[in-house]
Amino acid sequence: MSLAAFFERLDRRWIYVIMALMVLVPLLWPLNLPLEPSPPVRAYHDVIAALSPGSTVLMSCDFDPASRPELEPMTRTTLRQLFRQHCKVVVVVLYPGGARLVDEIVQEVARENRQVEGVDYVNLGYKAGNEAVMVLMGQSIAGTFPRDYNGRDVTGLPIMQSVRNYSSCALLVSLSVGYPGTKEYVQQVQGRFHIPVIGGVTAVSAPTLYPYLQTGQLSGMLGGMAGAAEYEDLRFERGMASRGMDAQSLAHLFIVLCIVLGNLAQWERKWKETA
Amino acid sequence: MKREIPLFLTAAVGLFMILSFFVPHQAVSVPADFLQQSAIIIVAFGIVLGGANLLRVNLEAVVRRQPGWTYKLVLIAGLVVTVTLGLIEGRDFQAAGTRSTWIYDQVYSSMSSAMFALLAFFIASAAFRAFRIRTTEAALLAVAALIVMMGRVPLGGVLTAGLPRELRVETLAQWILDVPQNAANRAILIGAALGVMATGLRVILGIERSYLSGED
Repeated sequence: MSLAAFFERLDRRWIYVIMALMVLVPLLWPLNLPLEPSPPVRAYHDVIAALSPGSTVLMSCDFDPASRPELEPMTRTTLRQLFRQHCKVVVVVLYPGGARLVDEIVQEVARENRQVEGVDYVNLGYKAGNEAVMVLMGQSIAGTFPRDYNGRDVTGLPIMQSVRNYSSCALLVSLSVGYPGTKEYVQQVQGRFHIPVIGGVTAVSAPTLYPYLQTGQLSGMLGGMAGAAEYEDLRFERGMASRGMDAQSLAHLFIVLCIVLGNLAQWERKWKETA
Repeated sequence: MKREIPLFLTAAVGLFMILSFFVPHQAVSVPADFLQQSAIIIVAFGIVLGGANLLRVNLEAVVRRQPGWTYKLVLIAGLVVTVTLGLIEGRDFQAAGTRSTWIYDQVYSSMSSAMFALLAFFIASAAFRAFRIRTTEAALLAVAALIVMMGRVPLGGVLTAGLPRELRVETLAQWILDVPQNAANRAILIGAALGVMATGLRVILGIERSYLSGED
């Protein structure tokens, strides 16, 4: 049987089975493939490493459970690095489906690093309005988010005593799945309020941010699970992203094989038709 | 007057907001801040309006027994139950152990993760059926895609570890992202920005009126 005929008759469920195995097997038996951090990831890490203890960092976590595998690991590692450098972290959410998920991650990492809520960090929760919220935080963060995620008045929180607007923050970290996200922060906030911005995004949206990375408007970037895994490697962690990279490696290899075999089958059919 | 007043308001507010970008004086910045705060309040109303509209459209479909009405019924039930529970639980609806939190963790979170995870299977299946190289442009696209796909995972590095550094798949992938991809992306960005500026000017000057009840 020819390759073309084989693929035409192939039940697509076999493809699904192989893909499931390609993902499952390395998750159960890790391959521990070596990681090499790329320049945007090194820049992301180094920007945080250069912060002085006590600096306030605004962290916008704009993602929902659908993008959890890509963005949760980088959120955890970023929070760990910030807490270990004794930075104050102010978290905001501009993505409607993400407030609860983000709070869960922040609380877990804060507990593990013995950080006090309201003193070392605060989660201000979700606010609708996209770019309007970003610009309004330039006037007053407490005015834009009068209550935190738990409904407490933010003006009474110790951490907020020294936080007025972007000028009070040494860095803006934007971890986002799409709109509103890192691109909008660069466009609306970086140039206007002169605050350094670093971003962590899904693999599919990473290429759209390369122009901002090259101009220096974005000081560092983590692209998808690969970026998160490289960042974990730089932080000497073996987290969710590093474990997931083995599965992603095999899944990518399988998709590449599918594309190559599909085209070979097509050329074979064309060759037979012309012969 | 029905059209002139909205057109005048749009032009006045648009020009004022542009002015606020260049004039940092209080006489301009304070009203501009007020307008931006108003935008957030309008967006919040938009969410309520969106929910009400969703309910109306889907209720109508259920009543008329349109195709797929059972799915719409599930949607309505989900919306009504979630909103009602949120209202009953009040300000603490996001606290641990509430029914709203349970819905988020056990229903919304797992279902949206499952939907996204299904993509892997569809991409694999579509890869050998749809990604066909028929022209030179398609060949270039496919080669770039294959290099970037393998270059962004550690396995690519392992498979090409024996090659000189410049020829390894991760170096080639980074070059594709930094140079041709970046150039094309920048061109799209500049084009889109010019388009946004032109559209903004057309709206402010009253040439573009499609936002007023669909009139061109």
